[in-house]
Amino acid sequence: MAIQEQRLIFKHLDEPGYSNDIDCYLRHGGYEQLKQAVTMKPEDICAEVMDSGVRGRGGAGFPAGMKWKFLDRKSGKPIYLVCNADESEPGTFKDRQIIHKDPHQLIEGMMCSAYAIQAKLAFIYIRGEFFQGYRILERAIEEAREKNLLGENILGSGYSCDIIVHRGAGAYICGEETGLIESLEGFRANPRIKPPYFPAALGLYQCPTIVNNVETLCDVKHIIEMGGKEFAKIGTPGNSGTRIWCVSGHVQKPGYYEFPCAAITLGQLIYDVCGGLKPGRKLKAVIPGGSSSKILRADERFTGKLKNGTDFDWGIEDIPMDFDSLMAVGSMSGSGGVIVMDDSTDMVEALANINYFYAHESCGQCTPCREGVPWMRKITQRMIEGNAREEDADLLNSIADQIAGRTICAFGEAASWPVQSFIAKFKDEFVEKAREQAARRKAGELAAKETTLI
Amino acid sequence: MSQNGTVENVTINIDGQDVDVPKGTNIIEAVKMVGKGKEVPHYCYHPKLSIAGNCRMCLIEMGMPMRDRETGDAVLDDDGKQKIGWMPKPVIGCATNAAPGMHIRTSSDVVVESRNAVTEFLLINHPLDCPICDQAGECRLQEFSADHGRGFSRFIEDKNVKPKRTRLGPRVVLDDERCILCSRCVRFSQEIADDDVLGFVDRGTYSTLTCYPGKELANNYSLNTVDICPVGALTSTDFRFKMRVWFLKRTHSICTESSVGANTEIWSREGKIYRITPRRNDAVNDTWMTDSGRALYKTVESDDRLTQYTIGGVHQPVDQVAAAAVDLLRGGDVAMVASAHSSVEEQFYYKTIAERCATKVSLVSHDGEGDGLLLSEDRTPNLRGALVTGLIYQLPAADLSSLARDIHSGAVKTLLVVNEDVTTLGIAPELLAKVKLIYVGTHTNETAKEADIVLPSLMVFEKDGSFINQNFRLQKFKAAIPGPSGILPDYQVLEKIAAPLADEKPAPVTLDMVWERIANQVEHIETTQTWRGIGEQGLPLEPGSLRELPFVETKNLKYDPDAWKETQAAAAASEG
Ligand SMILES: Cc1cc2nc3c(=O)[nH]c(=O)nc-3n(C[C@H](O)[C@H](O)[C@H](O)COP(=O)(O)O)c2cc1C
Ligand code: SF4
Ligand code: SF4
Ligand code: SF4
Ligand code: FES
Repeated sequence: MAIQEQRLIFKHLDEPGYSNDIDCYLRHGGYEQLKQAVTMKPEDICAEVMDSGVRGRGGAGFPAGMKWKFLDRKSGKPIYLVCNADESEPGTFKDRQIIHKDPHQLIEGMMCSAYAIQAKLAFIYIRGEFFQGYRILERAIEEAREKNLLGENILGSGYSCDIIVHRGAGAYICGEETGLIESLEGFRANPRIKPPYFPAALGLYQCPTIVNNVETLCDVKHIIEMGGKEFAKIGTPGNSGTRIWCVSGHVQKPGYYEFPCAAITLGQLIYDVCGGLKPGRKLKAVIPGGSSSKILRADERFTGKLKNGTDFDWGIEDIPMDFDSLMAVGSMSGSGGVIVMDDSTDMVEALANINYFYAHESCGQCTPCREGVPWMRKITQRMIEGNAREEDADLLNSIADQIAGRTICAFGEAASWPVQSFIAKFKDEFVEKAREQAARRKAGELAAKETTLI
Repeated sequence: MSQNGTVENVTINIDGQDVDVPKGTNIIEAVKMVGKGKEVPHYCYHPKLSIAGNCRMCLIEMGMPMRDRETGDAVLDDDGKQKIGWMPKPVIGCATNAAPGMHIRTSSDVVVESRNAVTEFLLINHPLDCPICDQAGECRLQEFSADHGRGFSRFIEDKNVKPKRTRLGPRVVLDDERCILCSRCVRFSQEIADDDVLGFVDRGTYSTLTCYPGKELANNYSLNTVDICPVGALTSTDFRFKMRVWFLKRTHSICTESSVGANTEIWSREGKIYRITPRRNDAVNDTWMTDSGRALYKTVESDDRLTQYTIGGVHQPVDQVAAAAVDLLRGGDVAMVASAHSSVEEQFYYKTIAERCATKVSLVSHDGEGDGLLLSEDRTPNLRGALVTGLIYQLPAADLSSLARDIHSGAVKTLLVVNEDVTTLGIAPELLAKVKLIYVGTHTNETAKEADIVLPSLMVFEKDGSFINQNFRLQKFKAAIPGPSGILPDYQVLEKIAAPLADEKPAPVTLDMVWERIANQVEHIETTQTWRGIGEQGLPLEPGSLRELPFVETKNLKYDPDAWKETQAAAAASEG
């Protein structure tokens, strides 16, 4: 029996008759929280967000209230709010739903947030390919402006702030917050070194800047609606609110599903919510938080201690879907992109696919990522083309070790973690690939199997 | 910075040793200060450019003294010492600034392994060009590969292919395969040359350095990009493939292009100069110089060099020519056209000669447009020298019209000209024919052709000496190559003229002897000063009221007359 979703952010967006215009949004009680927000003291909203414990939905899971607290308010420079709508982590497709189907929720969340941090101007940095989304946002912003929900002297509060939508030009690295800021300034999206360029102090135009994910900013609206403490009751301590899991891969019903944190396990998500695997197939592996997160092997046992001190001993299906549990099993909830692989998956091909992506998307600024990631791609590409060597697995792992933790931005980790985890968990398949190919070559056959890959 | 403008020192610990460094010093510089040849290897960091942090060669381990999060108290270890909280990942030294109590490890396993890794990464797509690469011998990649390379390659894939020979501008050629994308050249163009023409196109491993379409790297500082390129990606069209750098001798010199006096290095072999590069002096030129200044040596071997001492066009021994000059000068009614291209030592002699035959001294200004950076309006290297030595007392005029009148009236019968073509300065050849003419100079010109006596002089590359730059900084230069055969250093020839004028026997002078006299006689130079005692970074002089003369230079890299006037006014105000 399918477990019932408990939607918060996606509450209305798939309801029959729900449209993305402002009238529909207002009919559903929209902008009430903004009206309330502008009567509150900005620091009180910040306190509510802090109390809510809401963590960033863009990837790193950093508490939003804490991030806002780091904002350098003493510099006297204008403060900017940037909504990260670049959504390009493979396996992730939630922000687009919000933008397409409920853009006013995002705008309301943003205006509440902008007021809370007293931003002078707000931006939505939207992925270049989301052209339709861009048009929808532009229209929604116009609608909101007409109703004085943004722009000058919002709802007579004396607070003014506008939103500018900026389209990317199609690069994954534009989602990294400092790369995004460079891009917003009109430059190549080369991420900045931190220190010194922490956005909260030296962000957009060297001014204090908050960058938050689309979903995170929507959460702010609900935090105002129910109060931080009440919001914190959704989920578990340290894992508050709902998460939208974007399930793709070998399940019967791929799609997006919203649940309170820790309300379901990975097993329930795959089997009860997504209808299980294709007939006759067995679960082989899951990448739980977008392609950057470390892969989990279906027959692994995950043991250890949680942050709160309790011991755990889980199989893959027992893992609660929340920030801390996925971290505890050595991966992360990341952007919520759950990629399910059944036993038909060739792990070398899967990694070759991931490596292709990262090699293509490295900005090329820093040496380990620029040189190391394409090297890993060349190796996995060679492996699937029939020239695998037994030593390639160790070589791949060693290259990844030489990248992770030594780069300008977290892309270095994002590109290394898949390799490190694939080799850690499926090394046998990589070695076997080489042996198989050698055997076929010996038998006079073509070494490479047919592949559907790039 | 504290109130009096000095930076406070902080104590940091580098590899177990406590060292004091100015607060905020980055770790690359801090480690350099420890001395003993200790270095944090790096590519993209350059002391005079912004921090890019992209090469990742300078990764080090960093820790700070631990404090309790709640109480703020120091966390102590078993021995009662404050515990060090080491960062979980290595950090880049170039973007890590010294803070009190900071701990640094520059040679731990993690650090060495990180450098080895970066080295391997830089080499996988790098062509094995060293045998045919101009940078070989001064290539950071080559050097660090020797320390951090594996000696074999784990890379069996195809290397990337990129453009090998791109003309970036008239003087710079780019080999993109050798480029390690450190962005030094890009930052230089933006931040120093103010000519933002370089950038990267394409992404990731295909990133390629290039010039903006329709533009070229043609500014007068373009060759600095070649200097700072840590590898052989940027090469000088002029120097490319001419000579292996390890064969070249390096001699410290001073650029004579303008009164800036950029510190330079002359690269020569067997009496031939191959290139000139800037030498760092933070008070003068930082690490830069103009392209035009680098080309000045090209006239060393030109056909119009003066190579013989002559009387009436006939080659004679130097003593005889000097004696003939003395005779002429003794005849009275002498005028002198001196030069701001002469060295301090030469100017000192000309001043002595002028005194001994009661000569009126003129000097001509050579002004051009300044570029606000390292090319000043005054296109002579040593006008301040002429003032300090007392050769002249006021700023020079642009021509010699007053001298022309004196020749015309017959008040001047003998003329000594140093390195100027007076025929272009208001003294027509017909007028020149009215006087006895002694010419001292490096190259021939219309004036030299008219001269009764010609004394060839050495170019700056061929002699030891000193200049005083726009900031009254006394700077010395050394001979890099020998002059034309048989030509003596100017001061030795001038001694042969000056001494007899005072009825003395010419002494076999050395530069040290000349300096003894300079130190004793020149007001603005300490009596104990020697030529050898002038440091490689020069010596600021205290020129008194000379500084208040209305010099033509306007603000440039290290020269700011207005700021100076303000500090003077402020000082006067606080005293008054
Ligand atoms: C390579 C890379 C790509 C990223 N892409 C995105 C993205 O597409 N969308 C996003 O919201 N965050 C992305 N992030 C995370 C952002 O840097 C940043 O942490 C996030 O936008 C902060 O918002 P949050 O705190 O609300 O999660 C990316 C990070 C990295 C390192
Ligand atoms: S880690 Fe990769 S993406 Fe990030 S700055 Fe370095 S090269 Fe660019
Ligand atoms: S750049 Fe350096 S390492 Fe590369 S070919 Fe030239 S000398 Fe060799
Ligand atoms: S050409 Fe040289 S200085 Fe410029 S980016 Fe490449 S390696 Fe660096
Ligand atoms: S010197 Fe290149 S990263 Fe520090």
